[in-house]
Amino acid sequence: MPQVTLTVNDTKHTVEVEARTLLVETLREQLRLTGTHVGCDTSQCGACVVHMGGDSVKSCTILSVQCDGSDITTIEGLAAADGTLHPMQEAFREYHALQCGFCTPGMVMSAIDLVNKHPDGMSEKEIREGLEGNLCRCTGYHNIVKAIAAAQDVMQGRVPELVRAAAE
Amino acid sequence: MNVVTPFEGIGASLRRKEDFRFLMGRGQYVDDLNRPGQTHAVMLRSPHAHATIDRIDTAAAKAMPGVKAIFVGEDMAAESIGGIPCGWQIHSKDGSPMAEPMHPALALGKVRHVGDPVAVVIAETKAQARDAAEAIIVDYTPLPAVSGTVAALQPDAPQVHEAAPGNLCYDWHIGDKAAQEAAFARAARVVTFETTNNRLVPNAMEPRAAIGDFDSFSGDYTLYTTSQNPHVIRLLMGAFVLHIPESKLRVVAPDVGGGFGSKIYHYAEEAIVTWAAGKVKRPVKWTCERSESFMSDAHGRDHVSAAELALDAEGKILALKVHTLANMGAYLSTFAPCVPTYLYATLLSGVYAMPVIYAEVKAVFTNTVPVDAYRGAGRPEATYLLERLMDVAAAEAGLDKVEFRRRNFIRPDQFPYQTPVALQYDSGDYHSTLAACLETAGWAGFEARRAESKSRKKLRGIGISTYVEACGIAPSAVVGSLGARAGLYEVGTIRVHPTGSVTVLTGAHSHGQGHETTFAQLVADKLGVPTANVDIVHGDTAKVPFGMGTYGSRSLAVGGSAMDKAMDKIITKGKRIAAHLMEASVEDVEFERGTFRVAGTDKTKSLTDISLAAYVPHNYPIDEIEPGLEETAFYDPKNFTYPGGCHICEVEIDPETGRTEVLNFTAVDDVGRVINPMIVEGQVQGGVAQGIGQALLEAAIYDASGQLVSGSFMDYTMPRAGDLPDVGVATHTTLCTHNPLGVKGCGEVGAIGSPPAVMNAVVDALRDYGVRHVEMPATPQKIWGIVNSHRLAAE
Repeated sequence: MPQVTLTVNDTKHTVEVEARTLLVETLREQLRLTGTHVGCDTSQCGACVVHMGGDSVKSCTILSVQCDGSDITTIEGLAAADGTLHPMQEAFREYHALQCGFCTPGMVMSAIDLVNKHPDGMSEKEIREGLEGNLCRCTGYHNIVKAIAAAQDVMQGRVPELVRAAAE
Repeated sequence: MNVVTPFEGIGASLRRKEDFRFLMGRGQYVDDLNRPGQTHAVMLRSPHAHATIDRIDTAAAKAMPGVKAIFVGEDMAAESIGGIPCGWQIHSKDGSPMAEPMHPALALGKVRHVGDPVAVVIAETKAQARDAAEAIIVDYTPLPAVSGTVAALQPDAPQVHEAAPGNLCYDWHIGDKAAQEAAFARAARVVTFETTNNRLVPNAMEPRAAIGDFDSFSGDYTLYTTSQNPHVIRLLMGAFVLHIPESKLRVVAPDVGGGFGSKIYHYAEEAIVTWAAGKVKRPVKWTCERSESFMSDAHGRDHVSAAELALDAEGKILALKVHTLANMGAYLSTFAPCVPTYLYATLLSGVYAMPVIYAEVKAVFTNTVPVDAYRGAGRPEATYLLERLMDVAAAEAGLDKVEFRRRNFIRPDQFPYQTPVALQYDSGDYHSTLAACLETAGWAGFEARRAESKSRKKLRGIGISTYVEACGIAPSAVVGSLGARAGLYEVGTIRVHPTGSVTVLTGAHSHGQGHETTFAQLVADKLGVPTANVDIVHGDTAKVPFGMGTYGSRSLAVGGSAMDKAMDKIITKGKRIAAHLMEASVEDVEFERGTFRVAGTDKTKSLTDISLAAYVPHNYPIDEIEPGLEETAFYDPKNFTYPGGCHICEVEIDPETGRTEVLNFTAVDDVGRVINPMIVEGQVQGGVAQGIGQALLEAAIYDASGQLVSGSFMDYTMPRAGDLPDVGVATHTTLCTHNPLGVKGCGEVGAIGSPPAVMNAVVDALRDYGVRHVEMPATPQKIWGIVNSHRLAAE
């Protein structure tokens, strides 16, 4: 079986895979990084989004053998070692942008890439369009959009820290 | 020391405790679990809607690498494995019980819908199991199939079950037919309306999964499953299917990625993997693929209805008559029979004082996936029928649609209000929710906005829906008399540990609702224990005494009330211990948020003082009180709860493309007392999104041969972020009068109130075209067709 070497969340792994093994299968079943989820079989839902070389990819739609030598970040690799959340994670919590949590890892990974690709910030309409590849069945997206809008201001240095959500 | 600061009790928008693990990828969903030595199962499913199975040849498949076993229906039948049971029995008008055909876990001799499981392959890896499943040869003889709800009752329709002649499951009715006929005879106007409530696929983002585990030494079985109610699965599967006593069967539902009803039911795959684990003596894991979900998760809705509304000369409702056909699919899912009866027809009075209602419901079998409760379950169908009918009737009677509703509202002074269809509403204030929603949505300024849209060649419409629903289905004795084969109480245990932290065991199950936060807030509010020191345990029959699970917006109203009752017992016992420690009479001991006090003195003991004394009973009235501080309560509600409110939707249609854009959506809901406003808003927003999805985007479509045409996310239109608006949510509270928390439930209001608001807006946008009704979903193709046919007719 082919061998591939991947750096996942700053740790190097060498694994044997079948030619047909998907990246998400390697992550979940071989590396036991189960934060990356599988929600469909047609590349539609985005629950499996991870970063590869800094870009978001649907890990259900890429073969592990294609990832040899690549640098992968999954949801498990976002928070700091001391548990400090990434601003996007923090914003999702603050704005109640998750309910069942199943789409959340892919949603957060997509959102971070979306913000990175729009250094001048996005309008809420642009955020909604940018989320085309991610499905959420719980939230109606309302709070996800608010969370991304708040996180982008922190990530892009426009505000020093997360703006709290609406008054209690 | 237990000090609740900042305030995190009832009413605080506390950020969720469960979020950290979900945001860091540390959730534990069933597919994230792996048991030592586990094997993998793949289901071979029928490609035919209806066929006899003439031969299954597994020889080649069994010889493939890694294959441990292959089982078919006959293998299970040989061990007297039972059929998948139905949890609710409806009786027809004539008193006869519903047709209840056998539902084998693996098909026996015949398949009845696309996706019906025919064989299970168990192998060392999932890929090996999948390869082997493809090598199984099944000889089918296809039979004519019927998929349509109306078609199922045609005289020449193919028969789905021999045990259900004419494909009829039941022919049921409610209300007073003679009174209805008399009222119609003296009506000034009768308005008729027919509609189809589109079949939906719930599509929780986490596909179903199950792991069966068997300990051959102890004989214990464990099932890990994506369930909203693990105790109910243990009961149904253990007692009816696999004949395993409760003491030998543990069911665990860990983190579950959304349910919306679809994970209430006992599914064949749960029984298959549990039974197979005993056969192969190793754990068996199965995870559904999304295409399998489409053809094996219970679907929702699928009603065809005709309604007639009788009005007097002043526009007051005299009577309502409804005839509904409901599609059950190929087999009866766990709660399917009660959805179009006791969760639908009993809601047909809506928020209106209707003197007389008569409703008939026929349920039919078809060669389609079973249909059961999906978010709202019966109540969205009733609300849609009634609220579209109210708009149609207002237009025909020449009345303003808001004034027509107001004129017929149940007034606040009429509560408790007995409807003619069994329910007694305890509280509500429909005039106030209406007024607040009209104000927030800017109803009065709509015509100016419509004119502005028109200047851009767009069609703007506004729609309203005023609704009531019924949650926390109960009491047990009543639902039992209506056919429920279970009690519908809930169970809560409060365990105060020696040093004052608290573990709550609840029979409710959280799969997105945020129970770990909301329930902790109840404890913080009443016992004064900070939420950080309160852990909520749910979803494991080995840990939680019992429970009926989460559906019908019952978790807080029923499960929360059980916890409240258990906390009352804790306080009662705590007072006795405190009285002893403070050398006071128990009648003089007061308790408030963590502190026991001798009334009128400064003598106090904290809850921690009491719990420590209870577990270290050195100075303790041991002859009178048992040590320990743990109490369990079963709460059986006295009535349903009745959330209600008003939803207003504003849409803009582009006549060139037929696309409907939702510009504004405003919801003002009365969900009773609100524990966590942030979570309530999120629940309503999510429900509204599903309602907008039903109205504009979603439909499970079968072709005439019974093939599911919309069987993937490529074909079934799930609402995406760009399809939905911001959803403005507000609450206006009247308290539930019969549960200790005054709560009503918020999980389903969004999906119940919203579809008619959207469709009333769509029809309003098309008012210049003389459109009386548009069926859901109002797809661009459908709207473009309406606009274009009008254009052609005008030319």
